[in-house]
Amino acid sequence: MSVELDVFVGNTTIMDKEVYQLWLNGYTVNDAVKVRIEGGVMEECEASADVLLSDTMDQYRTFQMCERLLHHPAKLANQLLFQIPPDRQAMLIERYYAFDDLFVREVLGKKLSKGTKKDLDDVSAKTGVSLKSCRRQFDNFKRVFKVVEELKGPLVENIRQHFLLPDQLARDYAAIVFFANNRFETGKKKLLYLTFQDFAFCAGQLINHWTLGAVDSMMEDMDVDLDKEFLQDLKDLKILITDKDLLDQHKSLVCTALRGKTSVFNEMEANFKNLSRGLVNIAAKLINAKDVRDFFIDLVEKFIEPCRSDKWTSIDMNLFLTHYTNSAHILDTFKHHAVWTRYMGVIKSCILRMYHD
Amino acid sequence: MPGKLKAKIVAGRHLPVMDRASDLTDAFVEVKFGNTTYKTDVYPKSLNPQWNSEWFKFEVDDEDLQDEPLQITVLDHDTYSANDAIGKVYIDIDPLLCSEAATVISGWLPIYDTIHGIRGEINVLVKVDLFNDLNRFRQSSCGVKFFCTTSIPRCYRAIMVHGFVEELVVNEDPEYQWIDRIRTPRASNEARQRLIFLMSGELQRKIGLKVLEMGGNAVVGYLQCFDLEGESGLVVRAIGTACTLEKISTLPSTATHQSNSSPSKDMKEPVFGEEVPGIPLSSGPPTPLRAQTFSSFSPSKSYSRQSSSSDTELSLTPKTGMGSGGSAGKEAGPLKALLRQQTQSALEQREYPFFTLTSFPSGFLLHVGGVVSARSVKLLDRIHNPALGNTRSYKLLDWNSFTADEPETRDAWWEEIRQEIKSHAKALGCHAVVGYSESTSICEEVCILSASGTAAILSSRFMQDGPLDTEHRLSRQPLVFSTGSERVEGDMGSSASLGFEEVVPPGCGFCHIPYDELNIPFPAQLTYCYSCRRSKVPDVLFTTIDLPADANITGKGCLIQARLCRTKKKAQGEGNATAISNLLPFLEYELHTQLMNKLKLRGMNALFGLRIQISVGETMLLGLASATGVYLTALPGPGGIQIAGKTPSDITYEQHISNMQKKINDTIAKNKDLYEINPPEVVEEIIGSPIPEPRQRSRLFRSQSESSDEVSELDLSHGKKDAFVLEIDDTDAVEDIHALLTDSPTPQGFYSCNTEIMPGIQNWTSAIQMFTSVRVFRLNNANLTNQGLNKIFSDLCENLLKSLYFKLRSMVPCCLCHLNFTVAIPEDELIQVAVTAVAMSFDKEQILENGKQSGEKTLTKAITENDEQLQFNLELNPESSHANPLSSPKGLSEVGSHPSARDRCSSWIEQLRLKAHTIRRGSVKTTSSMEKASPLPEGRSRSLRSNRSYSGTSVAVVKMTPLSFIPGAKIIKYLGIINMFFIRETTSLREEGGVSGFLHSFIAEVFAMVRAHVAALGGNAVVSYSMKECVFMENPNKNQAQCLINVSGDAVIFVRESELEAASVQPQSTTHTSNGGEGT
Repeated sequence: MSVELDVFVGNTTIMDKEVYQLWLNGYTVNDAVKVRIEGGVMEECEASADVLLSDTMDQYRTFQMCERLLHHPAKLANQLLFQIPPDRQAMLIERYYAFDDLFVREVLGKKLSKGTKKDLDDVSAKTGVSLKSCRRQFDNFKRVFKVVEELKGPLVENIRQHFLLPDQLARDYAAIVFFANNRFETGKKKLLYLTFQDFAFCAGQLINHWTLGAVDSMMEDMDVDLDKEFLQDLKDLKILITDKDLLDQHKSLVCTALRGKTSVFNEMEANFKNLSRGLVNIAAKLINAKDVRDFFIDLVEKFIEPCRSDKWTSIDMNLFLTHYTNSAHILDTFKHHAVWTRYMGVIKSCILRMYHD
Repeated sequence: MPGKLKAKIVAGRHLPVMDRASDLTDAFVEVKFGNTTYKTDVYPKSLNPQWNSEWFKFEVDDEDLQDEPLQITVLDHDTYSANDAIGKVYIDIDPLLCSEAATVISGWLPIYDTIHGIRGEINVLVKVDLFNDLNRFRQSSCGVKFFCTTSIPRCYRAIMVHGFVEELVVNEDPEYQWIDRIRTPRASNEARQRLIFLMSGELQRKIGLKVLEMGGNAVVGYLQCFDLEGESGLVVRAIGTACTLEKISTLPSTATHQSNSSPSKDMKEPVFGEEVPGIPLSSGPPTPLRAQTFSSFSPSKSYSRQSSSSDTELSLTPKTGMGSGGSAGKEAGPLKALLRQQTQSALEQREYPFFTLTSFPSGFLLHVGGVVSARSVKLLDRIHNPALGNTRSYKLLDWNSFTADEPETRDAWWEEIRQEIKSHAKALGCHAVVGYSESTSICEEVCILSASGTAAILSSRFMQDGPLDTEHRLSRQPLVFSTGSERVEGDMGSSASLGFEEVVPPGCGFCHIPYDELNIPFPAQLTYCYSCRRSKVPDVLFTTIDLPADANITGKGCLIQARLCRTKKKAQGEGNATAISNLLPFLEYELHTQLMNKLKLRGMNALFGLRIQISVGETMLLGLASATGVYLTALPGPGGIQIAGKTPSDITYEQHISNMQKKINDTIAKNKDLYEINPPEVVEEIIGSPIPEPRQRSRLFRSQSESSDEVSELDLSHGKKDAFVLEIDDTDAVEDIHALLTDSPTPQGFYSCNTEIMPGIQNWTSAIQMFTSVRVFRLNNANLTNQGLNKIFSDLCENLLKSLYFKLRSMVPCCLCHLNFTVAIPEDELIQVAVTAVAMSFDKEQILENGKQSGEKTLTKAITENDEQLQFNLELNPESSHANPLSSPKGLSEVGSHPSARDRCSSWIEQLRLKAHTIRRGSVKTTSSMEKASPLPEGRSRSLRSNRSYSGTSVAVVKMTPLSFIPGAKIIKYLGIINMFFIRETTSLREEGGVSGFLHSFIAEVFAMVRAHVAALGGNAVVSYSMKECVFMENPNKNQAQCLINVSGDAVIFVRESELEAASVQPQSTTHTSNGGEGT
C-alpha cells in the first residue's frame, strides 16, 4: 500500500521560503523533512510527518520545474506556466542567485571552466557547502559571465537587467565576473585573510575607475577589461621613483604634512622610499597581464605588510595615502596628474579596505 | 453567409529549438477553420518570430462558427523532410458570437503539444463579423449565452426561468479506431482533442437551439460531461437550465443598496439577480414569453405514486438494474422518438421540471422536500452501431439519426433515470427538482448512470404563469399557506424579534415540508418549525443545493463526508452488471447511515450540497458522499447517538460500550463548541406551542433518527428515548463506530465546506487560492476486507485534507470552499482522489454568524448570554452547580427528559463546560458585530489590502475560483464559457519526474492555458471553474503515461470594490456587496 501519485497545484504557485532555502542548500527531500520537523512546523500546524513529506516533495518538484526559468530570470516574469506574484518572483531569483561567501572566495579569480567545476567536490569538502549547492552557485557565475561577456554598457547595470538582481547582488556578480575575466590571484596564503566583500569592494573600484567604461560608457567591451591606454600611461609614473630629486621632494612634502600628526612618523619617514617604490612599480607593471593577476598579492607584499609590521593604524594609512597622493601634484616636474589621480584614487580605497587583520 | 471570421498571427515567443544545428527554429503558422487553411510566411531562424500576418478571413455559416474551433498550428519549416509540428492552439470562438460577451480575442496563447506540453506562446488576434440571420429554420443558436455558474450570474437578472435543457452527441472514439493501430498515439490524441472540441461546439449549439425554442436567451448551470466508453464510443452530454436573462446596468454610482438587516423587503417584488448596490429592485412580475405549464405535477398523481416508492428511504435507495426502472421508462416511451427531433413541442420540454441551479433568488424556492436520486447500471454494447465501424473521417454523426428507433440508446437510458427522479420528487409532494446533476462511472463495459437533485416546490411567479397555476394553488395547501406566511414576513421585515408567535422569521420557509404529513413518504419525525411555529418541518434535511442566502442558521457549517469501499468479485458482462446492481442499494444505505451519524456527531441537522459519487472498478465499488452540514435554526436539534450492546452479560463489554459512549458524547460536545452551535433558546415551554405527536413512526434499525421534540436543543444527555441508537451486534458495527470517530477535526483557523460559501462566515478578504490536488493510492494487498478497504479509503481522504490544511496554513484564518472530491478507480488496486477547491481568507475579528440577521442575532445572543451568565458563574464554585440548574425550570425539564440518569452527573458538568465556552465566545461575537456595524474598520482593512495587490506584471494575473463570485470584487462582465479538453502523453515518464512530475506539470499547464485564454478574451478571472474529468493512465514498465483533463468555467471581468469605491464614495457599499457575495 503506497501513495503512487501525489500532486498539489495552486492557481497561484505556493512556495515556502524555508523549503526553498533547503532545496537551494542541496538537502535531499528526506533531510529537508528532518530539518523541518526539528524546526517545529509540525506542532505549529498539527501536521504529521507524512504531510510534511508530501508537502516537501511537492515543493521540490515545483522548484525543479521553475529552475529552468530561473536560469533566465527575465522569462520568469513573462512565462505563463506558473502564476507567481512579482514579490515572490523577486525572492525566488534573489535566493537562487545568492551565494556563500565561503564558496565564492574559493573560486574567485579562477577560470569558470569545466576543470574548475570538476574540483568542486574539494571545494565542497573544504567549505562545508553541499556539492549540489556549489554546482548551482558555480553555474550561476558561469551563466552570468557568459551573458555579460558579450554585452555593451555598464557591467552592473547589465547584470541587473538581465538577471533581475537587486543592486548589491548585481555588484557582487560584477565583481565575480570581473575577477574571473582578469584572473586575479586571490588564493595565495597571504591573501587568505581577505573576505569576498573586500575583493568585491576593490573590484567595484577597479570597474568604476580603471576600465574603459569608466571613461566612456558607450565604448565596446567596456567594463570587463581594464583600460589598456591607461595601463600604458601608468608607466610614466615611474618618474616618481626613478628621478632622485622628485622622490626626495615628494618625501619631504609628505613628511612636512604629516609631522606631529601620526605616531608612526619615524617608521613612515624611514620607509617612505620603499613604499613609494612599491606603489609606483605596481602601476608600471600593470601593462603585463601576468602582473595584473598579481595585483592584490603585490599590494599586500609591497605595501600592506611593511605597514602592518610597523603597526600603522588605518588612520595613519589614510593620512599617509592622502598626503602621498596630493603632494605629487605639487611637484613641479611631475606632469601626469590625471593618470596619478586615477591610479591613486583606486589604490587608496583598495588599500584602506584591505588594511585589516 | 452569416459570418466572417478574421484571424491575424502577430508573433511567437519562447519557441522550442527545432533545429539542433543552429539552435534555432524556422517557424510558420497554419490557420485552419472548417476546411479552409491559410499559412503565414516562414520566419527563419528565430525563437521569437514576428510574423505580423495579414488578416486571414473565413466566410462561414454561423452554424460552423458555433461548432468548429479555430485551429492554429505552429510548424517548423524543413526544406528536405516533412515539416515538424511544434504545437497547436484551439480557440473557441463562441464568446465572440454573443454581443454581450467578448469582442476580440487577443493575447499570448500557449502552444500545446500532447507529448511536449506547452512549447512557447503565440500572439493572435481573432474577430468575428456576424450578420443578422432572421431565418426561422436556422440551425445555429448564436447569441445564446452559456454559464457554468449554477446561480443567476452576478450582473444579470432573470426575467424568466424556462427549465431543463439537455442534449447528447455520440461519436466513435478515435483512440479505438482501427487506424489507431498504425498511427502514433500522438496523432490519435490530437484527433481526440479535435473531435471533442467539435463535439462540444455542436452540443452547445444544439442546446442553444432548444433554449431559443423555449424563448430563452441563456443557459445557466451548464454542465457538460464526457463519457469515454471505450470501444463503444465517446459521448458528450450536457444539461442546463434555460433562462431569459437581462443585463443589469452596472453603474456603481447609483448605489441604492438594501440594508443588511431586511433582505425580505424585496420579497414582494422579487428580482432575480445579484444583490448588489446599483440595482433598482423594482421590476414587476415578469410577463410570460410563452405559455408553459407544469401539467405533469398534478398533485393527485403524486400522492398515488407515493405507495409505489415508499420502499425508498429519503428516495436515496436507487432503483437499479437493467430495466428495473421500467415502469418509469415506459411512461415516457412515446416521447422518446420525438424528443430528439429539432422541433420539440413545448409540452415535451416540460417533461422534466429540473433545474441545475443550486442557489436561487429569494422567493423562488418555496419548500424543499429532500434529496432524490436514481442510478442505473447499463452494459455498453459494442455493436451499437455497425454503420460507424469503418468510418475514418471525423465527420460528426448524430448518434440519434442512426439509432432513433433503437431502444437502448443513451438517450433512453437518461430518459429512464430522469423519469425516476421525477417520480421520486412527486412522492415527496414536490413538483420540481433543483440542484440537479447527472454523472456516470464506467469500468470496461459496465456503466453506472446516476442522477440526483433536491425535490422542491418553486414559486410559479418566477416561471411561466400557466393555466394550471391556479390548480396548483388549490390543490397544494401547504404552498398557499407558506406563500402567505412569507408575505407576512415580507411585511414585517426582519426587525421582528423572536419569541413572538405571530411573526415568522425569514429563512425557515424552505424547511417546511412540502408533502402531506399524514402520508409521509418515508419514516420521519415532524415537528412544528422552530422559527415560525406555523408549519411542520422534518428532523433532518438533506439537499443538493447551496444554503439559501436568507436561511437562518446557528453556528458554522462544516464538510461532512461518508466514504465507503465494497469489494466485488471480478465478473463479465451481464453477471457483472447484476452484481453491481445488487451492491448499489447497500452502498447507498451505508453512505446514508454514515452521513447521518456524522451529522449528528457534529450536532447538526441539515446537509447542503450533497453529492454522492459511486465509482466502479473491476474488483470494488467506491462510494463518496460529500456535503456541508449546518444547524438550521428552524429544525429541531439532533438527538445524540446512543450505543446499545446486544449482549449485556459481559462486564468488560459493558465497560467498553460505556467508554465508547463517552467518547461519542465528548465528540459531540466538542463539535458543538467548535462549530459554535448554541441554538437560540427557543423558549417553547413558555410559549407552549402545541406540538402534535406523530407517534406512528416505526423505528428502523439504525437508520431514521427520532429527534427530540419536547426536549429543547439543550439536551446533551443523549437519553435513550430520543437518541439515535447504534446497536453493536457484530464487529462490523464496532468498526463503523470507530470509523465515525476517526475523522480528525480541522486544524485551528480552518473551516471547510463543499458549498459555495461557508455557512456562518461572511467577511472574506480578497485573498483566494484555487488549487487542484490529485492522489493515487495503490492497494498492494489484494485480499482486503471491506473494513480494511474502508479504512484505507477514509485515511486517503483524511490525509489529503490534512495536507491541504498544511499547504494553506499561511492563509489562516481561512475556509476551504467548494471542496469537490472526485474518486475513480483507474485500474485494479488503484484509487484516485482528485480535489479542486478554493481557499479563502477571512477577517478574524469580524466573524459574524450571519450578517443579514445580525441585529436579530445580537439580540438572541444577549438573551442567551444573560440567561447563561448565571450558570457560568455557578461553575466557578462547583458545589452549588448541581443544585442550581435543578432549581431552574430548564434544569427540571432536562431531568424529565432523561429518566436513565446513569450519566447525569457527567453530562451536567459537560454541559456546564460547554456553556462556559459558549459564553466566552458569545461575548466576543457580540462586540464584533458592533464593529461590523461601523463601516470604518472594514474600509480601512480593505484599503490596506488593495495596497498589497501587486501591479505591473508583464503577465496579467488571472484569478480562478470554483465559486460563482470573487470576494471583495464585483463581476462586471461575463465574457463567455471556457470549456477545454486536453490530453497529455509521455513515453519518458521517469525523465519527467515520474507520475507525480508528469501530472504536476500537466495540471499547471492546464491552468496556464485557461488563464491565457481568459486573458485573451480580456478577462481577469474564471469563476465557477471545475475540473470535470481527470483520467490518468500509466504504464510504468513501458515508461509511459497518459492523462486527459477537461475543465470549464466562466471567463469574467471583475473590478475590486476598492476601485469601485473610488468612483462612488460610499463606504457602506463595501460591506454590503461582500454580503452579496454570499450568493444568490
